[in-house]
Amino acid sequence: MITAGIDIGSRSIEIAVLEDGIIRETRKTDTGFDPIGQAKKLIHDLKYDAILATGYGRTLFEIEHDAPTITEIKAHARGAVYFFPEARTVLDIGGQDSKVISLNASGNVARFEMNDRCAAGTGKFLEIMATALGLSIETFGAEAMKARKDLTINSMCTVFAESEVTSLVARGENPNEIARGLHIAVVKRAMSMLKRVSQDGPVVFTGGVANNPFMTRLLAEESKREIWTPDHPEMNGAVGAALIAMERKRK
Amino acid sequence: MKQALFKKLQQITDQNLMDIEAHKKKGNHVVGFYCLYAPTELAVAVDAIPLPLCGTRQAPIEAAEEVLPRNLCPLIKSSYGFAATDTCPFFRFSDMIVADTTCDGKKKMFEIMAAIKPVHVLQLPQNQDVAVSLSPWKDEIEKLISVLEKLTDKQIMTDKISRSIALLNKERRAKKRLMDVTRAKPSPLTGMELVEILFKTGFFADKEKGIDLMNEIADVCQTLIEKKESPYTENTSRILLTGVPIGLGSDKVVKIIEQCGANVVAFESCSGYKQTFQVDETGDPVQALAGQYLSIPCSVMSPNPGRMEMLKEMIRDFSIDGVVDLTWQACHTYNIESFHVAKLVQDSLPFLHLETDYSESDTEQLRVRIEAFLEMI
Repeated sequence: MITAGIDIGSRSIEIAVLEDGIIRETRKTDTGFDPIGQAKKLIHDLKYDAILATGYGRTLFEIEHDAPTITEIKAHARGAVYFFPEARTVLDIGGQDSKVISLNASGNVARFEMNDRCAAGTGKFLEIMATALGLSIETFGAEAMKARKDLTINSMCTVFAESEVTSLVARGENPNEIARGLHIAVVKRAMSMLKRVSQDGPVVFTGGVANNPFMTRLLAEESKREIWTPDHPEMNGAVGAALIAMERKRK
Repeated sequence: MKQALFKKLQQITDQNLMDIEAHKKKGNHVVGFYCLYAPTELAVAVDAIPLPLCGTRQAPIEAAEEVLPRNLCPLIKSSYGFAATDTCPFFRFSDMIVADTTCDGKKKMFEIMAAIKPVHVLQLPQNQDVAVSLSPWKDEIEKLISVLEKLTDKQIMTDKISRSIALLNKERRAKKRLMDVTRAKPSPLTGMELVEILFKTGFFADKEKGIDLMNEIADVCQTLIEKKESPYTENTSRILLTGVPIGLGSDKVVKIIEQCGANVVAFESCSGYKQTFQVDETGDPVQALAGQYLSIPCSVMSPNPGRMEMLKEMIRDFSIDGVVDLTWQACHTYNIESFHVAKLVQDSLPFLHLETDYSESDTEQLRVRIEAFLEMI
């Protein structure tokens, strides 16, 4: 059986196609300003027996394609257990939100916590900060790793942090060190959310921000816990959705 | 059947302002109240109409922010905004306002509100230990009696207070009976219907009209239960909403929960089940009022064990599948107390703590959390 999961996020759309639970194909595109149009382009030539949508655009997709939906919390929980069957804790940092999910012994969601309504400490935050420093988001982590000393960023609000970065630059601080400070700020924020939901054991780190090697390293250092990251952490939600589509179809 | 009663509810609501006006024309008074801790019995004892005041809508918040800080609970901002913009008819009708030193935000706001209308502030103790707090609280109630006597130029006799207690006990019994119809599985009412009935009957000038209507609705619901008529099925998830009070205009969380297919069957808040107590009718009425009102389990009390007891009972009596704890932004007492509620609930039932305000800006973020919470059931 071929099933697809589509994760329509605020920054990007991912789709995963699975055949009997084995990943056959994954695709990714920017969400832009027309999530449904972008989603259509992504799936128009795909063949599947069932599709299930998740992410903030899931309801639009449901209306357009008459497809069932689940929340990204359930999707990320399912995806994490697929990649790491022992997973009990998931940290997902996406484009505009971040969440920590704690799983029970059967891999179902036991508790979760999400960041509040602003995009502080998410992918969007890092993206804007990278731009403010004239760096690309792809190499932002690598640049931050070159820093030689600690520098503290106090603001977590994107708007305030941007002014803080501007004043640090004006003071002649090294961009790599500012970058490092920004990474630490994001990790600290994630840590307080993590500690509220789960205290020990390995953490599955998913979402686009998990592609940043410096984030993963800092997270491991700060939490003193093992950090497990799937090969394509941004695909985790789509894979979870495709798996649930399969499980529902088999019922 | 239900529709006819909602029509009647609307008719009395439309008629209500005229009822109040007629009452005032006869030389009687209106006393506005902001909080459940103030005994409305005392207003009734001087033939005044006790009225709850507006504070559940977003509209006047912008005006309130000209004076109050933005980073303040929406309930306080809305209450003040209604008063400052003169858009709450009940505030306008009120000859005086009875307020309480509940949370920091409210008591400081009342200082500013006092420039608009006479405000009498009851010094509410922050602890329910009878040995420490009952006597000063009783003094506050006696002070309120003199204030009301001065306002109306009437003397409050003990038997008058006793009769007022009996009337309001009757009203609270009717409210409890109405709120208890949703114990049936499936419930005959939606959570939004219950919010509407409680909200609108709360403003009724004529207590008996409200009591009769609530009893009538409860009777109809009883028939619906026997006929197994319900908007829901036996499998519908049954949610308990605890935390801050809500009313029409600040009901978005109830709306979203019910749009997602669940049913809010119980409201553990001062706009809901906290109103179902009975004041002792046998002893000294002032002592009885002081004791009963002091024991209201709001998060301004420290500690506040009564709320946890109430939650345990309600989870059992209403066959609850999940608990949502709602906090208004910047409401420190409910926000912090959520730690204890989570501890109480989390191991046995799915639990969700939400922090929001009256605006619609976070509707989709709330929806994701609520949907994910319902997926856990």
